[in-house]
Parts: sequence; structure tokens; C-alpha cells
Amino acid sequence: MEVVSPIRNPLVTGAKTVGDVTQDICVRVEAKPPKTWFMALAVSLSVLAVGTYTLFFTLWEGIGVWGLNKTVGWAWDITNFVWWVGIGHAGTLISAILLLFRQKWRMSINRAAEAMTIFAVICAAFFPLIHMGRLWLGAYWVLPLPNTFGSLWVNFNSPLLWDVFAITTYFTVSLVFWYIGLIPDFATIRDRAKNKVSAAIYGALSFGWTGGARDWSRYESVALILAGLATPLVLSVHTIVSFDFATSVIPGWHTTIFPPYFVSGAVFSGFAMVLTLMLITRKVYKLEDYITIQHIEYMNIIIIVTGSIVGIAYLTELFMAWYSGVPYEQYAFLNRATGPYAWAYWIMMTCNVISPQLFWFKKIRTSLIATFVLSIVVNIGMWFERFVIIVTSLHRDFLPSSWAMFYPTFYDIGDYLFTIGFFFTAFFLFAKFFPVINMAEVKSIIKSSSTSAKAEK
Amino acid sequence: MKKDKKQYWKGVEQLTNHPEFVKFASREFPQELPIEDGKLKEDGGSTRRDFLKLMGFSLAAASLAACEAPVRKAIPYLNKPEEIDPGIPNYYASTYTNGGNYASIVVKTREGRPIKIEPNKLSNVTGSGTSVQVEASVLSLYDKARLTGPYINGSAVEWKELDSQVKTKLESIVSGGGQIRIVSKTILSPSTKAAIDKFIERYPGTDLVMYDPISAYGMVKANERSFGRAVIPTYHFDRANIVVSFGADFLGTWINPIRYSADFIKNRKLENGKKTMSRLYQFEANLSLTGANADYRAPIKPSAEGLAVTTLYNLLASKAGKPALATSPVKADHLDKAANDLWANRGRSLVVSGSNDPNVQVVVNAINDLLQNIGSTIDLKSPVYFRQGDDEKMRQFVSDLGAGKIQGVIFMNCNPVYDYYQGEKIKAALEKINLKVSLCEREDETATSTDYVAATHHYLESWGDANPSEGEYSLQQPAISPLFNTRQAEVSLLTWAGNNNVDYYEFVKNYWKEHFFSTQNKESDFTRFFDKCLFDGVYSLNPMAVTMEMITFGGDVNAAASSISKTYSANSNAVELALYETIALGDGTHANNPWLQETPDPITKACWDNYLTISQTMANELGVELIESDTYLLDLKVGDKTYTLPAIVQPGQARGTVGLAVGYGRTKAGRVGNNIGVNAFPLISKKNGLPLMNVTDGVTVTMTNKPAKVAQTQTHHTFMNREFVVQETTLDTYKNHPEHAFHRPAIAVSTGLEKKLGDQKIDGRVPPREITLWKGHSYDNHHWAMTIDMNACIGCAACTVACQAENNVPVVGKKEVINRREMAWIRIDRYYSSEKGATSNKELEKAAENPEVTFQPMMCQHCNNAPCETVCPVAATTHSTEGLNQMAYNRCIGTRYCANNCPYKVRRFNWFKYHDNSKFADNTSMNNDLGKMVLNPDVTVRSRGVMEKCSFCVQRIQYGKLEAKKKGRRPIDGEITPACASACPTDAITFGDIKDPESKVVSVLQLKDRGDKQEIHEHRAYHVLEEINVRPNIWYLAKVRNKEENA
Repeated sequence: MEVVSPIRNPLVTGAKTVGDVTQDICVRVEAKPPKTWFMALAVSLSVLAVGTYTLFFTLWEGIGVWGLNKTVGWAWDITNFVWWVGIGHAGTLISAILLLFRQKWRMSINRAAEAMTIFAVICAAFFPLIHMGRLWLGAYWVLPLPNTFGSLWVNFNSPLLWDVFAITTYFTVSLVFWYIGLIPDFATIRDRAKNKVSAAIYGALSFGWTGGARDWSRYESVALILAGLATPLVLSVHTIVSFDFATSVIPGWHTTIFPPYFVSGAVFSGFAMVLTLMLITRKVYKLEDYITIQHIEYMNIIIIVTGSIVGIAYLTELFMAWYSGVPYEQYAFLNRATGPYAWAYWIMMTCNVISPQLFWFKKIRTSLIATFVLSIVVNIGMWFERFVIIVTSLHRDFLPSSWAMFYPTFYDIGDYLFTIGFFFTAFFLFAKFFPVINMAEVKSIIKSSSTSAKAEK
Repeated sequence: MKKDKKQYWKGVEQLTNHPEFVKFASREFPQELPIEDGKLKEDGGSTRRDFLKLMGFSLAAASLAACEAPVRKAIPYLNKPEEIDPGIPNYYASTYTNGGNYASIVVKTREGRPIKIEPNKLSNVTGSGTSVQVEASVLSLYDKARLTGPYINGSAVEWKELDSQVKTKLESIVSGGGQIRIVSKTILSPSTKAAIDKFIERYPGTDLVMYDPISAYGMVKANERSFGRAVIPTYHFDRANIVVSFGADFLGTWINPIRYSADFIKNRKLENGKKTMSRLYQFEANLSLTGANADYRAPIKPSAEGLAVTTLYNLLASKAGKPALATSPVKADHLDKAANDLWANRGRSLVVSGSNDPNVQVVVNAINDLLQNIGSTIDLKSPVYFRQGDDEKMRQFVSDLGAGKIQGVIFMNCNPVYDYYQGEKIKAALEKINLKVSLCEREDETATSTDYVAATHHYLESWGDANPSEGEYSLQQPAISPLFNTRQAEVSLLTWAGNNNVDYYEFVKNYWKEHFFSTQNKESDFTRFFDKCLFDGVYSLNPMAVTMEMITFGGDVNAAASSISKTYSANSNAVELALYETIALGDGTHANNPWLQETPDPITKACWDNYLTISQTMANELGVELIESDTYLLDLKVGDKTYTLPAIVQPGQARGTVGLAVGYGRTKAGRVGNNIGVNAFPLISKKNGLPLMNVTDGVTVTMTNKPAKVAQTQTHHTFMNREFVVQETTLDTYKNHPEHAFHRPAIAVSTGLEKKLGDQKIDGRVPPREITLWKGHSYDNHHWAMTIDMNACIGCAACTVACQAENNVPVVGKKEVINRREMAWIRIDRYYSSEKGATSNKELEKAAENPEVTFQPMMCQHCNNAPCETVCPVAATTHSTEGLNQMAYNRCIGTRYCANNCPYKVRRFNWFKYHDNSKFADNTSMNNDLGKMVLNPDVTVRSRGVMEKCSFCVQRIQYGKLEAKKKGRRPIDGEITPACASACPTDAITFGDIKDPESKVVSVLQLKDRGDKQEIHEHRAYHVLEEINVRPNIWYLAKVRNKEENA
């Protein structure tokens, strides 16, 4: 059915056969993990332990342990939230939008990218929860639940409520999409399982997959429907997150440019995070044949594009501040660039606008080390972008009497570490127990591209 | 008969009188019971009786154990007291005094607990409002640091014991011809003085010594020298068109600030078309509250103060054609202009000085005499009695004490070891004194140096009266029965004077019967008269027939001037120290009151600390920068004493001077007030034998390079020329073009919209309120609104503390204030002007060296298009049908989105649990059972993680509406007043229903309701941040300075 141009470079190198794919991927689940995996997990767990302590203390004492104050009501909490949601964009973008665009190169990276999305969204969802003064009530009061309190209902005007819907929807769809994709691979592992326990577990996880034509047909329909559903969500989640700011009256927040600016920023940081993780996984699991330099180059090109959109958005904001003639707006942006948080602004500018431009050079774009370093730089930059938007806008708004500074405390940092620890722990466990590459899909591109590779020989 | 009586034997043993029988005959039971000392006999087993006994015991034990379960403290009023209805407040008129500080008050009690102090509007003296200290005094009643009973040498005793020991000692001193002194701060109460007289009668050789920690004796002396009357006159600031003050902080701390501020502002309000206002010149070293409200202010060094006064005299004398004084002139800005203005307003001007140097005050009197102010703005015939301290007598007392000429001392409601500048001397001398007694509320610095401590009542537990000024009297009545085993000071004195079972109520009553009943003829029955006075709280004598006797100035101004020439210098280069009282702590008596400690100083905006205020020039020299509460410690050396204090760079501070507040450095105030700052009282210097609040030589200030933090509630001090935040103009501009005097934002609109809006547009632009996405709210019944007159607000912070008391606002402590988390619902933003011509942000961010100051009370604006309401995900903050923006605390989940989106930043978040949390023990009103008695039961104590903010005192609105409903009518304007408006001494805050055409708010705003549109015709009225169109229900009335355009 599908026609693949023979001119194109093969997407999977190393003359892999279908059997090789099964063997290469399943062995990671079946065999004892390498030492490096244990080391990585140990580091993640220790970060998680520190984070768990600070988190416990935060919940016990109240969020007063953070550095927030009467003027700056959000800082690291919401910065981290937006940052993680942004990171959580890449997976679904790769698997849904690229699926619709028939970009076959996505096949070897979508599984891990989706897993990353799920974990990132969990990390993200975590901050709106703990940033609440009364988590034990807020966790369910924000949901429009029927209740016995009379006409007590949520406020549908509030962008925070939209966030609740946007994120839960996105999370649900992403999770289902990811899981559906996993079913045939779970079945493969089940069939190969040598001990009863894993046979039982993977058997349960594979939902009685038989591999028959009917299964495959349904599988593909569901994948396509979910891709269709997930595509608008990729755009809507960060659009709605940006509404938290855009619908407010605070200078620096009150901006109509935010939705596209946030979405491209999210894709930008999401791809950077995918790169960071994939480069490590590729190395540790020796998946060079599946995740090739070509994959990395493609992703770097997306980073240039989205990074440039973000850069233009920054400049547009500055222009609008000047052009609007609103003194508060003008001061807000002047204060960003020259005020007490100017250092954060210039870190953001350097990391997000200047550094991705280096990918115009093919040499840098195809260098593993440069890509790895820049992918981390981009995520630092994107964290600062959110910090700059949130903190520098709040700390000096309308009335100079209320101007204040925000200084993070140990607990601000610790609670961030908690999510980082959680994210990596979850990712490493995923890498051990789940097939990191979508075997079923990769096999579909081997037929054509690998045979042609063979033919070249 | 007897013989016939049958005898029954119990057995053969009885018949035979067997010894065994005889042995047990008298017992009830012939056999021994198996119980021995409560224990079962080993062989006996248990019997029925044992069973019953055990059962009875266990029943009792079980029920006793049950009694140890927490005792419920809420006791139902089975026999309901006649006047107390649970849930309904009772109000009692009473009197607040602390030494010479006075206020006539109304105490609000709930279920027998005083919870709030309100001004007594019937008072002619302080009827206009209260002050920070008066408002906070109710919390001192519930202070755990208060003494709970009498003590002898540190151990608790019975009153009887103390009385007999003190009496014996007093007797022996008197019989030995010894001397006894009663030391007190100013006593305003005539009945107290009568009690003291009784004591003196009983123990001859006793004398009363009064002192004031911040003395005004120099003024009294000067008035004696000038007019032959050793009094402080009544000043009529309301009658003066020009006021010139040399260091007298009459709006903040000087003598009777509540009255003075009300009077001063009366002549500055621009109401009902009035377009004239008084002009104030202030010459001072520290930027005081009065200086901050001055139209013209010139910083001068304390060493030049006397010469500034003589220079002004000479300027006026030359106009009057009188000989000039032979002194060197001093150069101070605006002095010439002040002289011209004063001369032009002869008889309608007023010159005052805060100096305690009688020579300076004599020249001030001479100036007022030149200006014909005596008898017009200065009323010597009805003097005030707020400062009765006699510095000479007090000094004599200290030296007599040291010389051992005094055998017995009784300190009555005073703490001279701490707050008298020779406190150390008193403390040392006391060691040798035979009888030393303290009549005090807490074990303070003086009490710990005495043997007998007779614990006194808090003023809210006491009977008493006061005579604050000529012909004005007020009564003090207890609002609660004594909490502890204390006794009011007068009762102790009367008891020691030989009276048994003193009933001080009767004493006061009898005193009033003797002295005041006959001064009136309205009431013929004394009980009715007394009850009326008690109900009103005040009693004014009918003004006595005006004595025709003229008071003329007879002082020797030349002698005063020559003395001034000797002691002052026009251009001293030395660093000088200017001491001052803070608005919140005053003389430090109430240092253990956390509400006062956390009240930000109106000028520096710092709390919980004592600091040196230094000028910007000195800051540059020393290398001090104050950025976001971060500063450095400085060493202040005065003579041989060194103090280390944090620095605050204070715009307006006279160059070469540093300011330091007294009232800090308490060591025995209680856990809240101890060890905050240093005690600056010992630094008070002496000039001509009288204590002076400044040190002009021997002061050095050096940098320690040690960083420090000061707790400031505001760290950015200029308003960045944001005209939509602070609007102000000069009087001339306002008079001539009131419609163009202020900025009015306007928005350019499309042609389509332009047509639709019709006549609303001005040059194609429309006011922001015309364009909105919202449908708006409809208000069918009430629509509450407020106006705040920035011309009337002097920044005294009484509203802040009133709000704290009314609304159970927690105290968060120094650390949390540094973290910028104070909880005040109403704050007073204080803005300095930048240097003239400043345009760049960097320049605008810096305050001018001698800035103009603006105060802007800021609280929830109750926006009609509230940005907070739309963003709350759970609808915890909503709009009421009466225009209030209201918080449902128990619905709030604490996302803080509302606070972020509030353009006024007035929302406050409970970062921690501030109640029942040992980490916030300084928040005494929520952390111990005693302190909790002050809480207003009508207002929820908020839990952790909840947002809170000004509610327009919704509980008062509700109460007012219910009261009106009971009477079957609508609330009448003025019945409902929020706590801030009620406390305000200058009436700057007006609250009311704009749906009520009769309301004062409507008249202040000149509001015309045209059905769908409200038009405001008052030109000064504006909304802060009008252009974002949140439509607040609070209007500000722009500040107008009585200043020349280009000055």
C-alpha cells in the first residue's frame, strides 16, 4: 500500500531484519539491565528522595516555606508547571501530528517521546496541586462535581479551570494513545516470556492481543482516531495555559500574542527534552541503528524553526510595549531587560534565541555532543522564559508601593527537584520494563527501506 | 415497769457476762470485719459491703476521671445577665489614658469581653477619632505578661500580706520623719489626685512627683515667663491659615495629636465648594508625620533650631517695626516666605515648637504675640493638662534619692528606670531605699527594682476619670471584671492610707458629687447626673463667663535670645542625633503589644525594629544602601555609649543628623517587646537643666560593614510619576482650573464606537469606563462605596490598627514582614516625590533629598469589574448584590490567582497557620487562651492557605442593616461605618450607600444618578488606575498642596 521513495535514506540502518528488531528491543526488557542503568536510577532516586523530604515539609508547614510573598504570588511553582507542560508537548506532537503528516521517521522515537510526555504532564499537574493553599480541598473542588453544598459550582470564567480541563483531557488522550501503541509490543514480550510472572503481567497488559488481522485493523483505526483527537490538543493545551496569563490585567501578562508564542515555545522545549533523553537512551541501549543521526538532524531543524518563532515573539512583545504607549507595559518590559531580574531575561534571550541558531550549521546539527549540550541549554532557557514572564511581571506591576523581590528558598528548589527526580525515575523504569521503541511500527518501515538498503549492498 | 420489762439474751454468753461477750458488746458487729485499713483481709474474701464499697469507689473514680476531660469554657447563660445578649455587642463609654496621652473612647464588648475601641464622638477633646495606640490598647488587656497578683520580692503573696507590710513600713518612715515620694507620669484624673491627697494626709512627708518621658515642661516654663501662666494652652489649628512648626510633630506625637490633626485638617478640607486651605511650614531634622504633611518643609539641624526661631522673629520684627534680636541669622529654606505669609495672616496664624528649651519657647511666644495670635489661635485661658511633668522636681527627686534623703518610693503606673533619661541613676539609688513599691501592670524595669509590686488593673478594668483640658471631664468605667487578682492603684493607695474595703467606684462617684454635681443645673438628682455622665463618657463644664482679663506677652525675649545665641549655632559641622517618639510605640509603655510592633511607621514603613535614620548624603559618605530591606549596621557613639543599629536611608533627613526612636530596647516588657532595638531614653541631653530630645555634640556614626535587614512593608518609595496612581495639584491650579487640574485618562476609539457613544467622547476619545466587555452588575438595593480624601489623610495608621482589631488580622512577626507577607487589609502607601525634572526610570526610582510626601490608604477597591472574581477557579471571591467584592473563606483553595491579578495588590494570603501555632507566638491574639478573648466573634479567623482582604467590614454592614430592619426602615447614612473610617481622626474616609441620595458619599462625590449612568461632579474624585476600567467602588480625592506653582 504505502509507497516509500527508494531515493530516501533508510530510516533504520544496520540491515536489520524483523527478527533483529524484536530481538534488539525485547532483550532490554528481558535481560538484566546494564550497570549504567542502575547508576542512573540510583541518581534519580536520590534526587527524588531529597524532593520527597522537601515536599513533605512543604505540605506539612504550608507553602509559606517557599519564597513567595504578597506581591509575587506565583514563582517557581507555576514556572515549573508551564515548563513541564511545555516539555510534555513533544511526544504527542511526534506521534499524532507527524503520524497525520506521514512522517515515518517518527516511528523509532515516538514511544519514548510519548512516555516522556506522560511523565512530564504528571510532573506538571503536580505543581498546580501543591501550589494551592489547601490541596486537600482544591484537588477535587476545581472539578465540577455534583455536591450537597447547594448551588456551589466551579467558575467557568477562570482560566485555571480551563487548565484543569485542558490538562486532564490532554493527559487522558496521551495516555490512551501511548497505551494503545504499546499493546502489540506487550503481546510480543508476552509471547517471548520465559517465566510465568512476566508472562502473566505482560499478558494482562496486552489485553489479549492475538495479532490477527482484525486486531491490526482496529489498532490502526484507533491510532488514527486518537491521532486526530490529539492533534488539536497539542495546540490547545499550551494555548489554554497561556490564557492564565493572557486574560489577566497584569502588564507583561496581558498579551494576545501568548497562545502561538507559548505553543511554539512548548514544542521547542519538548523537542529539546526528547533529544536529551533519546541521546542518553540511544547510547545506553546501543540503539544507533534505530535512532540515527538523521533523526537527530530532523529534530534539530524543528528546534531552529520553533526557536526562531519564539525569538520573533520576544521581539514583537518589546515592539508592542513601545507601540502601545501604555506606561505600565513599557515599564514592565524595560524592567525585564534592565531591572533587578535582567540576568534572568538575558539568560532567556541567550539560551532561546541565540543558541538554537547554531543549528544552521550542519556540523553542529549533526554533532551528538553539540546537540546534547544545546538541548539542555534550550530547556534552561525555556525555564527562564517562564520565570521571566511570571516573576518579572508580578514583582513590579501597577502600584510601586507593592513592588517586591522574589528569592527562592530551599523548598522552592527541593520541590522542583522532586519532579525532576520523579521524571527520571519514571523514565528509567519505563526504559527497563517497557519496549522503548515501537517494534510493531518500526517493523513496517523495515520491509521497504531495509530491503532497499540490502539491495544497495 | 422496769422490772416487768422482758429481757432477751443474745446468747448464753450475755447471761453469764462472759468476758468474750463484754469485749464485743459495744460493737455493731460482734465479729471483726474482714477489712483492715481499706485492704481486704487475706483470709476474708470479699463481702457484700466490700463489693458495695468498691463499686461506689469505682463509680466515683470513673466519674471523677470523666471530670478531667477538657472543660468546656463556653458556659451557657442559664441566668442571662440583663444587659448581655449573646451575639449582640454592648458599648460602654470610657477613657483611655497612658500618662498624659488621652482619648475618650467607647468600648465594644461582646459577651462581656472588650474587643474593640471606638472613638467617643461626644468628646470635645478627641471626638474625631482614635490613634494607633488607643486602638491597640485593648490587646494589652489580654497580655500574658501582665501581673496576676501582688508580689513581694518576686514571690506571690496575698494582698493582706502586702498591705500590712507596706503599711508597717510607711508608718515607721513617717514616725521617723522620713520622706516618701509617689512618682507618676502625668495624672489626668482628678479623683486619682484626690486619692493621693488622702494618702499624703495620712502619711505627711509624702510628695507627688510627676514626669513625662517626653517632656513639655520647657513650654510650661516659657508660658510662665511669657504670660505668667504655667500651662500649655489650647491651640486652634483650625483657625490658623498659616502654621509654622519648629520640630513639633503635632499630627503624630506632640501633646494631643488626635485633636490637632482633626483641627488642622478641618481647615484643609476642600468640601462643599470651599477652595481655601491652610498652609503648613515645617522646620525639623527628622522627617516627621507633620513634616510629611507640610506644604513647605525645610530640614534643619537641632543645633540651629533656636536660631531659626530667632531669625523668624527678626524677619517679623522688621515688618512690625520692632527692634531685632541680637542673634546670628540661620539660613533655612522657606523661612522668608513663612515670615511673609505669617505677617499677611496676623491673628490667623500659629507658630509652634516642639522644643523643651524654654528660651526657644519664649521667642515662639513672642512671635505669636507679634502676630496677634494670642487669644485667637492660642487659648491660654483654657489650658490643656496632657503634660504635667515637672522636670525640675523630678531631677530633684533623683538627686534626693541618690543622696539618701528619701526613705520610701511608690512608683505609680510609671516606669522611670526605663523611660526617664536618668533611669540608671534611679535604679542604682533604689538599692538603698527602705520602702520601694511599684503600682504597675507588668513586671517592668522599674518593678523589678522594687520590693513590693502591687499589680494594677488594665484601664479597661478600672474606674476613674480624667480632666484633659480646662472644663472637659470624662469618666472611665470598667468594661470587664478584673481578669486577675489585681487592684487598681488608687485602691492600693487608699487602703494604705487606712481605709478598709475601698470601693473606688464610690470614691469616684463621691468625688463627682462633690465637685461637678453643683456645676450644672439640668439634673437635680445626682444618680441621674452621674449615670448620664457615665453613659456619655464625658462631661463639659458650662464655659465660664469669659474673663475679660487680657493676657499679654511679658516675657524677656532679649534674654531668651541671648541665651539661644550662646547655646545654638547656625552652622555646626558635628553629627547630631535627633530623638523622636514613633507613632506606634510612643514612649514604649505598650512595647509588648504585637499590633503596635507590627504597625509600620508611617514614614519609614518599617516595623519590629529600632533603626537610625540617616540622610542620603550621609548614606553616600558611609557607603550605606538600603535596597529591598537590606541595609547595614551602624555604630552610633554618643559620649561613652555605643549602640549598634541598622540604618534606614531617610529622604528629608537634615544633612549631618541622624534620627533614633525612643520606646524600644525594653528588657522587661514581655516576650513580644523584649530586646527589640536599644533604649534611647538615656541619650536625652540636658540644656539649661531641662531634658532635650537631641544631642548636638559628641555623636559619631561609623559603618560596621555588617549587613542587616529591616522589616519594611514598602521597599519602593517613589510613585514613578504614575499620575493614575497618585494625583495631586497645587491650590492655585485647583482654584483656577479645577476641571483641568487632574489627569483624566481617555481612549481613542473607532469611528463606529465613537458614533455609538455619542456625547461621551472628548476629541474623539472616551473615558475608559465607557468601553467594557461586561454587562455590569445591577444594584437594586444598596451600593456601598467609599471616598478617601488624600488631602485629609495624614498617614497616622490608626485605620490600619483599627482594621486589625476589627477583622482579626494576624500579626506575622519580623521575619515574615521581611519576607513581605504582612497581612494588613488596609495599608497606607507612602510615596516620596523624585527630584524635579527626573525622567528616566532610574532617576524616578530614587526619592528626592527633601521630598514631598503623599499618603494613599490602599485596601480592596471592591471593583465592579473585579479582575479577581473572574479568575478564581472555584468562585470563592464573588460580587455581592450590594457592590461588595466578597471572600468565601471556606471555599477558597488558595491558588492566589486573584492576588496576582489584583492591580492594587491588596489581597493577603495565609502562608502559614497563624493561629494556635507556636511558631507565631508573637501573634498573641490567636495563640493563647487569654489573647484569643480579643478576637471579634463576628469575623472568621482564617485558616492556612486561604486568601483574605478588606471586606468593607461586611459584618458591620450586616449588623447595621439588621438593626434598621428591626426598626422597619432603611439604614440611615452614618449608621454603618467601617472600622477604618470610624478610627480616622481627620475624617478622611467616608463610607456610604450611593443609592441613598442623602448619603455623605453622594454629596462628597457630587454624584448625579442618571438612571443608567452615574456622573461624578467632584473634580478631585478619581479612581486609582482608572484606565484599566475595573471600576472600583472607592474614589480617591486628589491631594491639593497649598504651594506656589514653581516652588
